[in-house]
Amino acid sequence: MTSSAENDGGLLLEMRGLRIEGQADEEWQEIVKGVDVVLNRGEVLGLIGESGAGKSTIGLAAMAFARPGCRISGGSIVFDGMDLMAMSERERRKLRGVRISYVAQSAAASFNPAHKLIDQFAEGPVEHGVRNRAEAEADAKDLYKRLLLPDPDNIGYRYPHQVSGGQLQRAMTAMAMACRPDLIIFDEPTTALDVTTQIEVLATIRNIVEQFNTAAIYITHDLAVVAQMADRIMVLRYGELVEENDTANMMSAPQEDYTKTLWAVRTFKKQSEIYDTSTTPLVAVDHVTAAYGPLTVLHDISFDIYEGQTVAVVGESGSGKSTAARVITGLLPPKQGQVLVKGEALPGDYRRRSKEQLRHAQMIYQMADTAINPKQRIREIIGRPLQFYLGLSGRDLEEKIKELLEMIELEPNQFIDRFPGELSGGQKQRICIARAMAAEPEFIICDEVTSALDQIVAEGILRLLDRLQRELGLSYMFITHDLATVRAIADEVIVMLQGKIVEHGPKDEMFTPPHHEYTDLLLSSVPEMDPNWLDELMERRAQEGVMQSTSSS
Amino acid sequence: MTDKYESTVGQTADAVAPPPPHERRLSDAWKALKKAPLSAKIGIIVILIYVFIALFAPLLTPYGESEVVGAEFEPWGEGYLLGTDNLGRDMLTRLFYGARNTIGIAFVTTVLAFLIGGISGVLAATLGGWMDQLFSRIVDVLMAIPALIFALLLLTIFGTSIPVLVLVIAVLDSTRVYRLARAVSLNVVVMDFVEAARLRGEGMGWITLKEVLPNIMPPLVAEFGLRFCFVFLTIAALSFLGLGLQPPTADWGSMVRDNATLITYGDITPLIPAAAIALLTVAVNFVVDWFLHKTSGLRDDQ
Repeated sequence: MTSSAENDGGLLLEMRGLRIEGQADEEWQEIVKGVDVVLNRGEVLGLIGESGAGKSTIGLAAMAFARPGCRISGGSIVFDGMDLMAMSERERRKLRGVRISYVAQSAAASFNPAHKLIDQFAEGPVEHGVRNRAEAEADAKDLYKRLLLPDPDNIGYRYPHQVSGGQLQRAMTAMAMACRPDLIIFDEPTTALDVTTQIEVLATIRNIVEQFNTAAIYITHDLAVVAQMADRIMVLRYGELVEENDTANMMSAPQEDYTKTLWAVRTFKKQSEIYDTSTTPLVAVDHVTAAYGPLTVLHDISFDIYEGQTVAVVGESGSGKSTAARVITGLLPPKQGQVLVKGEALPGDYRRRSKEQLRHAQMIYQMADTAINPKQRIREIIGRPLQFYLGLSGRDLEEKIKELLEMIELEPNQFIDRFPGELSGGQKQRICIARAMAAEPEFIICDEVTSALDQIVAEGILRLLDRLQRELGLSYMFITHDLATVRAIADEVIVMLQGKIVEHGPKDEMFTPPHHEYTDLLLSSVPEMDPNWLDELMERRAQEGVMQSTSSS
Repeated sequence: MTDKYESTVGQTADAVAPPPPHERRLSDAWKALKKAPLSAKIGIIVILIYVFIALFAPLLTPYGESEVVGAEFEPWGEGYLLGTDNLGRDMLTRLFYGARNTIGIAFVTTVLAFLIGGISGVLAATLGGWMDQLFSRIVDVLMAIPALIFALLLLTIFGTSIPVLVLVIAVLDSTRVYRLARAVSLNVVVMDFVEAARLRGEGMGWITLKEVLPNIMPPLVAEFGLRFCFVFLTIAALSFLGLGLQPPTADWGSMVRDNATLITYGDITPLIPAAAIALLTVAVNFVVDWFLHKTSGLRDDQ
């Protein structure tokens, strides 16, 4: 089973028949149901699956650690010949951080904001007696340099909030490396980062793992990422192994149906274009400049959205794409310029807009969790706009709510009296869509609506939005940083950088050269399924010198 | 179940249709109650006993509230289970009526404090701007003066009738409620669902009552329990000082004061009303602790 070419040192970790239980409502439920994980020295194993598949839980179990509320209920965990299950908690603690270390998803949440990076780096080696303080500091600087952090001699003396997200994630990787562990567990280390930053972190992580011949378990839900990082891939679902194979084989010839659906997710493409640009634009943003206090975040932005059209707005965080949405909705009145609907100017402040004007444009948010009131039932969440805008009540209201639930493919009688807490992430996002639809709008702003969702669920949401567009002639403004989503759903693309539009055009034009320099960087940073993609990209960029941007990331 | 619905993906969905909301809420509450820790159960039982006594005091007591039935300071015994007080009134009777008066007034006062403080707090957070400034500065001024001394001052000015007493304590306590309500509301008003309601064009009434208020109920309810204890103690303290409930109305604070001389003779009778106050305070806190723990725990897995 371990036919990987790169391993050279024999068995490092062997987990057999691993069973882990989690506590839900005072009852223990099995969340990992007998999984075998075998890892050789120097090998990188990718664990993929949707959320709830048990990947993180298995990753932590490699250190014989279970989160509070979970327990390892069965199976054996043997690390380098030592039976971790038979050890005392004290003995295990001696291994953790020294021989096995862990890199968490959110570096920002994992660093202690009150201490300097290098102090936190030194804590492990000094505490475990591997190095003294001076050696640890020298080592930190060396690792920072290897991880291509800017100004490696001094960056360690900064506090976590003084460096960027991508740099922080690399500093975290350096920390995990501090005791030169045999095994590092990476739990979605790049999920919270922008595409352009993600690439740099991926490249440096892979580089350093190779340099020290460290074995790694790489947990992610992004297939393209795992293809770059792992020698071998395990696909998990509901706490069980679906399929396991070498990366190359897995990518080219997946065996199981479930794996194939995972692979197929990125194939969704919008069918036809139904808009007509010869008419008056439905929404026109006309030379808008907007600012938060003295800070100008949008500089003279103009674009049109036609009936039935999907315009994707892409850019990194801080590029002003969400601000553009806030201007259109009236949450942030523009300093200059105006927003027109069907040729008529809207008041800048939403409080001065009429009910009809408000009804006309609806919004779907990134985090469905916070976008719907957890204390209201679905009936009330979807019913309120119907009552408020359309004046429905009684049986009409009930029927319309059920109709909307049908439309978003949720079984009406089952869902109508539930609270949001009783729904999954994808179902919540569907409720948000239904709430927007209830107002019978012509225009919907989708703010990163799929970025918090698993790929399969996200694809379902995209298909739903596409179907609704075709049936109802809706227009979308689709804010995203994920170019795969753009490719799937957009008619037109706007690329934003630092509050300005750097490129604007039909989708097909955007994805074919020549591009604006920044568009090119964005496009080339989207991971592809080809396992050699990252190597080739890095080589190409090294030649072109694009990577000099590392220092400013 | 057809493949058409997304419910085939989520595991949660394949359960049977849930019972109607009312039944479910009741059975949920009953389940939660059965799972409550011992301390909370004791607390609930004690509170229920107090409420029972307060409601049915006239039926449970052998004499009238201010009826003089014997000599002064009679010892415990037949006829007077807990003896008589400094005017020859039956202690047990006074104790039961005291429950009614003290708890009743404390309850009304607390409700009033929550109405004033809660509504203005949520409004201040939702409106923001100068309204928030105005409310908050008024509250700062009120809080700058020690509460008990301020209460004494106001009661001396306005007299010591029950409505004045209730109003003064309610206003003073509402400042604390205001601060809490405003703080927790501030966390809720920035949520996307409130923004969505604003963009829908909803008025202040809907936003505060339907969107914000339900989400800040757990900390407010917990605070209600604690605040009730404080109000209760304040009334008792004021009565002890002679500015609370006026004779011949029975209440526990003044009962302690009136019979305090007995302590010098080694008689514990005057401590019984004090113990009644202490026991209720402890019971309420048991329940509040459990409630706080439960709601904060729920927030974890959401």
